[in-house]
This record gives sequence, structure tokens and C-alpha cells, in this order.
Amino acid sequence: MSDAILKVEHMTMRFGGLVAIDDLSFEARRGEITAIIGPNGAGKTTVFNCITGFYKPTTGMLTLTHENGDTFLLERMDDFRIARHAKVSRTFQNIRLFSGMTVLENLLVAQHNHLMRESGFSFMAVLWPRGYRAHEEEAVEKARYWLEKTDLIHRADDPAADLPYGEQRKLEIARAMCADPVLLCLDEPAAGLNPKESDELNRLLLSIREEEGLSILLIEHDMSVVMNISDHIVVLDYGKKISDGDPEFIRNDPKVIAAYLGVEDEEVEELAP
Amino acid sequence: MTDATRESAPAGGGKLAEAVKESAMAALLAFVLTSLMLGVRTVDAPGGLGLQYRWHLVIGAMVIVFVGRLLLKLFWWKEDGGAPAAVGAASGRFATLTEPLRKFAAPALVIFAFVLPFLPIADRQIIDIGILVLTYVLLGWGLNVVVGLAGLLDLGYVAFYAVGAYSYALLATHFGLSFWTVLPLAGILAAMWGMILGFPVLRLRGDYLAIVTLAFGEIIRVILLNWVEVTKGPDGISGIPRPSFFGLEFKRFGENTFHNFFGIEYSSMHRIIFLYYIILVLAMITNYVTMRLRRLPVGRAWEAMREDEIACRALGINTTNTKLTAFAIGAFFGGLGGSFFATRQGFISPESFTFIESAIILAIVVLGGMGSQFGVAVAAIAMIGGFELLRNMDWVKGFVESTFGIENFDPNEYRMLIFGLLMVVIMVWKPRGFVGTRMPTIFLGKERKAISGDLVKEGEG
Repeated sequence: MSDAILKVEHMTMRFGGLVAIDDLSFEARRGEITAIIGPNGAGKTTVFNCITGFYKPTTGMLTLTHENGDTFLLERMDDFRIARHAKVSRTFQNIRLFSGMTVLENLLVAQHNHLMRESGFSFMAVLWPRGYRAHEEEAVEKARYWLEKTDLIHRADDPAADLPYGEQRKLEIARAMCADPVLLCLDEPAAGLNPKESDELNRLLLSIREEEGLSILLIEHDMSVVMNISDHIVVLDYGKKISDGDPEFIRNDPKVIAAYLGVEDEEVEELAP
Repeated sequence: MTDATRESAPAGGGKLAEAVKESAMAALLAFVLTSLMLGVRTVDAPGGLGLQYRWHLVIGAMVIVFVGRLLLKLFWWKEDGGAPAAVGAASGRFATLTEPLRKFAAPALVIFAFVLPFLPIADRQIIDIGILVLTYVLLGWGLNVVVGLAGLLDLGYVAFYAVGAYSYALLATHFGLSFWTVLPLAGILAAMWGMILGFPVLRLRGDYLAIVTLAFGEIIRVILLNWVEVTKGPDGISGIPRPSFFGLEFKRFGENTFHNFFGIEYSSMHRIIFLYYIILVLAMITNYVTMRLRRLPVGRAWEAMREDEIACRALGINTTNTKLTAFAIGAFFGGLGGSFFATRQGFISPESFTFIESAIILAIVVLGGMGSQFGVAVAAIAMIGGFELLRNMDWVKGFVESTFGIENFDPNEYRMLIFGLLMVVIMVWKPRGFVGTRMPTIFLGKERKAISGDLVKEGEG
């Protein structure tokens, strides 16, 4: 078993009187795909927002460990510092692309911090453009790599808002990958995709895990995605963890079936063996 | 065709009634608006002020509005597009026709600006207007960084213009520093004020940001007005030194004068042309730096921030610093413009830095198309140059006076009226400004195509 990249311990998130997450503890292991599932309103996105620093959890500790042993206490860091230093990238449930910028520009913005350093915080590069050129070409090459991997290379110069929905989802993943993450957090990446597209997504995520050795944290409703690619599943209901294990275990867990029963029939049918 | 006409005939009667009803409403509105403003006039009367009633004017206005609205309703606004669609199509055809010329437009404008002083039309007045226009081009480009690229609505831009102007005026009159030394200093001081303004407003967005920046602009002006020991308050600072050309001065008499050195006849035009080139070069520097920055990480981050701030933070971009750099760079150029203004006028007072200046600069940026350098330049020429020309249009004056028999007609008094009308017309015709498209900063393929303005966000402050 590989070690834990992210450890969530006793995390509680309250909004006024509402307890969105109640004493949640789980681990995401390095090099694995961990899925967080649960009925609507179970608090999945809130968990994500706490991990990526958009919310500060009321109590609890979130520890991220890099391969070289550096640890980061995420609950104490600002959102952009989590992305920059702890190297956690995320996508959003309702896609957030830079819609008026081209696909390529979107991927270059993702490499902002690296390029800022290389360009002397941009201001040196105004005076000496030459030194920066090679770094920009490198960044474009990296963008090209991810565009080829996500099959978006022919749309590189089109505005992001012109892409069809499925391609926008893929672009958001490519953009997150261009930021060089160690942990990729995907908030419902398969939402609104047709079966063919979600199959492509499965292959993309698996190849990200295999080739880049990346750890992925995933929120998903689409059980065909969750059950096919996850190594480990955490089930939430009303902000509490009700089950935690590999897909086979979750599939047969009566508590999970109960939580889903009467909520979404199709998914229960899929869950029942 | 005939069938369709016959079928729509009964509906046509209803349409006429509806149009009349709507026009009547418009006429009523015209009555409300004009009843006091046109209908009543205060005149001197024995024992105080008296009222003079001018109902014929009110009725005239109502009739014009009624007939105008009726005609528009019946012949202009049609369900299937009608005349507006034709205008739209015509402007679309015009756009495709001028497409090949478009890429030469900006270089042609720059070349024209450089040769203008040597053209036969260039008299003192034209060059003066040129200087004024270029000052606003510079300011427009500076503000464009903040409003157009970073999407932060700044209503107090004139504050940085004032900081630049007073920096030069005070440093030159007290310490005898030359224009060329103070120019970068003034820019840096203005940039510092930009950051000082930036800090408290970082968390504000949209309307709130606009109000605080508006207040900041006023604070600077009120300080200049009241800190009499330093700024001489409302009296202003006079005797601000003129810039020199590598140590050569533009004076009729003296040792190191421009005309002596080059052995040419003295002409007061030399100084004016020199000023023209200073502001032209400053504007070109502003343009170059902005265009470079746009293609560099910080510029892309500005635009990304305008598109989606949360996504920026999720990618590890420090939006606080990014906003501060936008404010500082914008303010820097404002400071350059301000110190040029001080040296050109030779006299400055807080009166030159009122809110209307901020509003005009912002109007230039919005009319030009937010984020477009070329659009901003065109808007500055149209707005500032156009109105300066209006000031001197004697033929309009003569024409109106002889045709309509109005005495003492001054076209200049209608500046603001025309200004407002122009704004409305342009915002209806081109809601995204003259240049509504955004040019991407980098291309993977060979084809360079602009992004439609509909996709580009304006920022939430």
C-alpha cells in the first residue's frame, strides 16, 4: 500500500447553524484515484472547497505530504498558496474557464507562477524580451502536450467559450494539469457528458494516473466513472462519512445502498449486485 | 406577397392605434421633462424675480416627440428587422470591405502622428490640439491597463494625473530638478499612490470599487486645495520650468538656446513641436510597454482575472499582487501624463483635476473598446480633437446664425449635448466600443483571428 498524500482528520465545517461536514476523516493515497460520492447535498463540494482553501474548515486538520516529505497544513493556507506551494489543482462543478481567452492562453495562465519567475516578474522581460522567449516556448510545448493528450490541439487558437461542453470539461482538466499539481481535485468531471465522452474521460484520468503518477481526488455522480476507475471510494451522507473502501466493498455495503435508496433509483440499481 | 399584405391588413389598423398610443405616452414624457426646463424661465421683474411662461416651446417639443416616435414606430422599428437591420447589414458590409485595410490603420495613424508637425496644415492650433489629444491618448492607454485589461473600474484616475503634475511642479520649483529627471520620479510616485489606493480596495468589487476610487480622486484634489503651505491651494503653482532639449532651451535670448545651437531663426513653434514630440514619444512608450506586458505572464494574469478571479486563485495566482501591479502600472502612466501636463501649461491648480477629467478618460476607454489600444486612440481623437475643433468652427456659427436667425450662436456651448448624444449613439450601435474584439496574445497556428467581444468579460471590478 502506498502512503497517504492527503490526510483529512476530524474536519467539521459549519455555516452558521448548519453543519455541512461533521467530523470527517479520510485518507487519499499517493498514486491512486480516490472518489468522494454521496447523494445531493451530502457536502462533497464543501470538502473540496476546504481542501483547496476556498473555505476554512471550522475544526480539523488537513495534511498534504509531497513525495520528498514536505508537509503542508492546508487549513492554514490561502487558496492561491495551496495551489502554488502545496500543488493542489482543482476543477469546478460549473466550469470556470477564461472564456474570452483562447484555449492556449488558458493553459499559459495556468503556468503563471513559473513564467513569472522566468520572466523576471514580467517587468524584466519588457526590457530584455530575448531571455524570456525560450521559457515561453517551453510553456507552449507543455500546453501542446496537454492539448494533444486531451484531443484539443485543433482548437488551440479558439476562444474557450466556443468549445462544446465536453471539450470545456477536458480543457479545464488540461489547465489544471499545466499547473504541475501533485494532487488533482476534480469536481464532477463527467457531469453533462455523453457515454462516449465519459468513456474518454475515464481513459484520460487513468492515463494521468499511470503516466504522470498523479494522485486524483474525484467527486462524481456518474457511477460508471466512479466504479470503473476509482481505487478507493469515500461515501458521504449529510456531511458524515458512512462508508470507506474499494469499489467492490462500497458496492455491497448496505449502508451505502440505504443512503442512495429512494434518492436516485437508477444508481441503486447499478449499485445492487 | 399580396396575400401576406392582405392578411396583415386588419392587424395594420391595430398597429397604428398602438403606435399612436405609444407616441402619446412619449409626448407625455416629453411634457414632464420639458415643462419646467423649457416652459418656465426666470426673468428680472420689478420687485424681484418673475416668471416668463414659454408654453409654445413645450408644445413644440411634445409635437416633435410625438411625430418622431410615430414615424419611428411605423417605418423604422419593424418586427422583421426593418431599417435597423439594414443599418446593421450596411455596417457589416463596410466592415468586410475595410477588412484588408484594417491592419494598416494603426501603423498609418502612428506615421501620421510622427509627420504631422511637418505637414502644411500644421499651424499652431493644430499642433496644440495634437498635444492635447495625445495627452488623452496616453491617459486612456494608462487607464486601459486598469479598466480594460484587469477589469477594475477606476473612477479616480485623475488622482494619479494630479500626483504626477504636482510632483513635477513642486520638485522643479523647489529643488530645481529638470523635467527629464522628474519624469520617471513622477511616474514612480504616482505608481506608489496607485498601490496605496490599491491596498484598501482589493477586497471590493464592481460598484463598491468604483465608489472608493471616485472618493480617492476627490481626496487628492481636496488635499491639493487645502494644503496651502505646500501646494499654494487654489492659487496653484505657476512658473513651472519648461523642458529642455538635451540642455538646450527654447528661448529667444540666452546662451544655450535651441535656435542658436542649430543656427536657425527663432520661432515659438519650435517649443510647441518639441512638446508635441515629447508627448508622442511618451504615448508610444506607454503603448509599447502595455502591449509587451499583455503578452507576458502578468498581462495574461490581468486578463484572466477579468475573466474569472476564482479560477485564477485556483491556479495559484496571487490576485492581490496582480491587482496592485495593474493599479501601479496604470498610475505610473497617469503620472507621466501629469508631469507633461504641468510642464506644458507652466501653471497648475487643483481645478484641472476634477472628476470630469476622470469621467472623460474613462469614457475614452469605454468608447474605444475596453482593452483595445487602437480603439482608445481613435476614441481620444474623436472626443478630444472633435470637441476642440468644434470650439473653432466659425462656419457652423455663421451657418446657424444666417439660416435660423439665432443671434450669438456658439457651437462650443453644445459640446456636452453632442457628447451625450454621441455616447448614446455609439453605445447603441457598438455596445463594446469602436473595437469590440479582443486579439489573443499568442497563436499556435498561423491564422490570427480576433475573439468576438460577446465572449470577453468586462470584469466585476
